[in-house]
Amino acid sequence: MDKRIQSPDAGIKQIPDGATILMGGFGLCGIPENLIAAVRRKGIKDLTIVSNNAGVDDFGIGILLQNRQVKKMVSTYVGENRLFEQLVFKGELQIELNPQGTLAERLRAGGAGIPAFYTPTGYGTVVAEGKETRDFDGRMFVLERAIRGQFAFIKAWKGDRWGNLVYRKTAANFNPMMATAADYVIAEVEQLVELGEIDPNQVHTPGIYINAIFQGSSYEKRIEQRKTRSAEEG
Amino acid sequence: MGLSQDQKYERIASRIARELRDGYYVNLGIGIPTQVANFVPRGMDVILQSENGMLGIGPYPTESEVDADLINAGKETVTELKGTCYFSSADSFAMVRGEHIDLTVLGALQVDEKGNLANWAIPGKMLKGMGGAMDLVAGAKRVFIAMEHATRDNAPKIVKKCTLPLTGVEVVDYIVTELGVIHVTPEGLLLTELAPDTTVEYVQSVTEPKILLPPQGPASMLL
Repeated sequence: MDKRIQSPDAGIKQIPDGATILMGGFGLCGIPENLIAAVRRKGIKDLTIVSNNAGVDDFGIGILLQNRQVKKMVSTYVGENRLFEQLVFKGELQIELNPQGTLAERLRAGGAGIPAFYTPTGYGTVVAEGKETRDFDGRMFVLERAIRGQFAFIKAWKGDRWGNLVYRKTAANFNPMMATAADYVIAEVEQLVELGEIDPNQVHTPGIYINAIFQGSSYEKRIEQRKTRSAEEG
Repeated sequence: MGLSQDQKYERIASRIARELRDGYYVNLGIGIPTQVANFVPRGMDVILQSENGMLGIGPYPTESEVDADLINAGKETVTELKGTCYFSSADSFAMVRGEHIDLTVLGALQVDEKGNLANWAIPGKMLKGMGGAMDLVAGAKRVFIAMEHATRDNAPKIVKKCTLPLTGVEVVDYIVTELGVIHVTPEGLLLTELAPDTTVEYVQSVTEPKILLPPQGPASMLL
């Protein structure tokens, strides 16, 4: 078994216009840079993208917005992207905002064979409008549906040819759930290693979820809010 | 009121920090809430949770420590501590909804006398999203609001009924402003502490609903 592919372009060849793609990342941290760039190159359009954020104006998912390749975003927070706001107000982009924990759980459920679940989050707010609610032990909950994608783009730190993945620090975020919740899952990694090099105790995403894997080239890993202290502050 | 904005923020953050206890797991929102971290008493272990998948947020990095894979919920670079751990967003919000977070501190656009909170949207003006705020107010054991008492034009932010889109229904426990501390009770808003440089009358003048007072009057705000 060998899930390795030569390039991001090979991975996205089968993605049609109008597809739904899950994309890992929080802000610009842990985003599938190489796969996003390949989608931009190929010009696939009318996409529905499920991602916590929408990148910034000129990086991450922002480059797909610039090129008007996105029809709809399913996100939790889009405050870092001015173009995004303009496109929504002009009616050129649809947005479905979810509470962050609800989005994470909808994806987890989608990958785990759970069609829907009750959550206390959002009861009595606009996100509960039109949804079933139910009293459990005196408290009200909202029924939320699972999400699945046709494709998922995953960014990990290390991976092997069976698709076992290890994430690094806060770059895991939405990647582990998204890796379980799509029909065809492509992982890009910073280091593609030999089988056995990853300690089996340390695998975060088991290879069963992954369909294709490649080592990304030249990660920019841009930082949104660079905050530092001087060395004297200790 | 002679306080600068920074002094107001400092007062609010330091007062909320007095609620912290050794071993607390705490989630701080963006803005004034983040500053609470600056007032954690020395020697006290307060573990800060970051919704993007981290327990044990350390200080900002030095230039050489900056790591693009290590950020907080405000997308700022941070560091790890001895004992830090990382996890997925699903695990992060299991902690939040599952009532494992002892205290959360959030900002607000409006809070009303029932403890309803609006802090994520202004229709037609501001399109950002709720991020993790709706989950935090639904699941944290105690919800503190850290905000300036009124708007820049002195319009009340503490109102009879929120008019902006809600973040949660009957979720706020305490409101801390530069003027004092308000406990949200079933009877209404109880002014438990009053800042030394203001009066009950002034607080009432910038608060829309009727303010309730404890039998012995409000205590002096802990500063």
